[in-house]
Amino acid sequence: MTAFTTYFNDIYRTFNSAMIGMKVTIKQMVSPTVTLQYPRAKKQMPDRVRNRLYMNFDDCIGCELCAKACPVDCIEIDVMKAPPTESLGETSTGQKKRIYVTKFDIDIAKCCYCGLCVFPCPTECLKMTDVYEFSEYDRTNLIYNFGTMSPVEIETAKMKVKLYDEGQAAKKAAAAAQAAAAKAAAAAQPAAPAAPAQSAPPKNPEPPPTQQ
Amino acid sequence: MENLIAFFSDPIVTTVLLALIPLVFILVYALVTLYGEMKIAAHIQNRLAYMETGWHGVLQPIADMLKLLQKEDIIPESANKFLFILAPYLVFMGTYASFAVIPFSSGFIGSNIDLGIFYLIAASSLVVVGLLMSGWASNNKWSLFGALRSAAQIVSYEIPGVLAILGVVMVLGTMNMQTMSQLQDGGIQNWLIFGGNFPLAQKLALLPFMVILFVIYLLSSMAEVNRTPFDLPEAESELVQGYNTEYSGMKFAIFYLAEYANLFLVSAVVVVMFFGGWSSPFGSFMSGTVWSAFWFIAKGMFFVFLNIWLRWTLPRLRVDQLMYVSWKVLTPFALACIIAVGFIMVM
Repeated sequence: MTAFTTYFNDIYRTFNSAMIGMKVTIKQMVSPTVTLQYPRAKKQMPDRVRNRLYMNFDDCIGCELCAKACPVDCIEIDVMKAPPTESLGETSTGQKKRIYVTKFDIDIAKCCYCGLCVFPCPTECLKMTDVYEFSEYDRTNLIYNFGTMSPVEIETAKMKVKLYDEGQAAKKAAAAAQAAAAKAAAAAQPAAPAAPAQSAPPKNPEPPPTQQ
Repeated sequence: MENLIAFFSDPIVTTVLLALIPLVFILVYALVTLYGEMKIAAHIQNRLAYMETGWHGVLQPIADMLKLLQKEDIIPESANKFLFILAPYLVFMGTYASFAVIPFSSGFIGSNIDLGIFYLIAASSLVVVGLLMSGWASNNKWSLFGALRSAAQIVSYEIPGVLAILGVVMVLGTMNMQTMSQLQDGGIQNWLIFGGNFPLAQKLALLPFMVILFVIYLLSSMAEVNRTPFDLPEAESELVQGYNTEYSGMKFAIFYLAEYANLFLVSAVVVVMFFGGWSSPFGSFMSGTVWSAFWFIAKGMFFVFLNIWLRWTLPRLRVDQLMYVSWKVLTPFALACIIAVGFIMVM
């Protein structure tokens, strides 16, 4: 193609492409928009989406597996082993609770929503919900306290544990004292019969060599 | 004009009031066009814009205006203070002075001078001076680039634009904008884009050249106003805001207003020259002073819409492509059309 025809060809292509472009834009102008007007219309979340954590404290058995699984250490748990005489109730799956959980805090600001804490829980009390609108003005409001023991209850529990432990310690001391006394008595008495038993020759471990 | 003088019984007050009518129009039109541009741009891009303030956001331009008015007016320390402050007003003045010769209706034109369109071309060249001033006085490399590119662009696109206007003036025989509209009165077949009010043979001969001149003028007017695809001076993604970069608050608002006013100005010129000005397409039905104002504004807004549509369709031209289009395509075609039109009018 000569420069002459290229010149006119270019002009024709310019207007042609401009017209095609304009047709496209005018068609888009009258087609429906794809905007979701957020606070009024919300997008439907999928079923297994991982957003804010929820914990059913009644089911917690205080195993601390979730705290160990968390990669950012956002779960803080304080536990005390309950004395066997106390009855703490049962979880919804029928398991007996044997541990006082005095503190169960999740710092949701640290949480990375990985879901690694959900699986290890033996009673499935920790779940990820689909709530994603939970901003706060004060960062300390983002530390969620799931523990339901009031300070009075915590003090009572500590008292009970302490009493039980002291009781156990006293029993142990008494038992130890008794065992020591028994041992001393036993050591004094069989001193005579123990002596002849001592003069018996020790057993030869090796069998005597057979004579030819 | 005469009965208005009688009404106010003072020629000076009347003149001032008449001079302010286009200003009122520009302010209202700027708000409407701002809203319209954002909404059209949004729907072209399949999204919504402006849904919160008022029903579907109609009160948003008022909010924008209030925002610009209450912003802090910053003048850079090492800027040339006098030129910096003068520049936006010069740009707006160049545009507003040209509004004096626009025939808004069959009964109203600011100044019915016989030099109409020639004066318009001259007065709108003040804009270049204002742009160069703003680029230089900002003491900012990027503004300077924007201003220089803008000056080069406007100067090179004035030539095909003026040649197109020359072609129309040759056909209609007058430079008076009101007379131009009157000559195209009487129905859609009299509009110059369809050949004008001439015997059939002449009309058919003129038709292709009028269409070509219309396209040439449309393109060069888009370049005058710095609209995409010719918006290199404001290339939003390249030069921050071009010559506008250092402006804030009221001065920026004036630049913005001047851009929209300029847009309407060139749309109005296209309408007056090629599409019959204020004449109704149905001839005598729906004509009269008030109806003709409606037709004029409607046609003007259609071309503003066309400009907005093109802005969101076409990519930006590079500066060498811009120069190529102006000097190697538009100017030769305009010259050829003028020669052809001259022949046709003589015979």
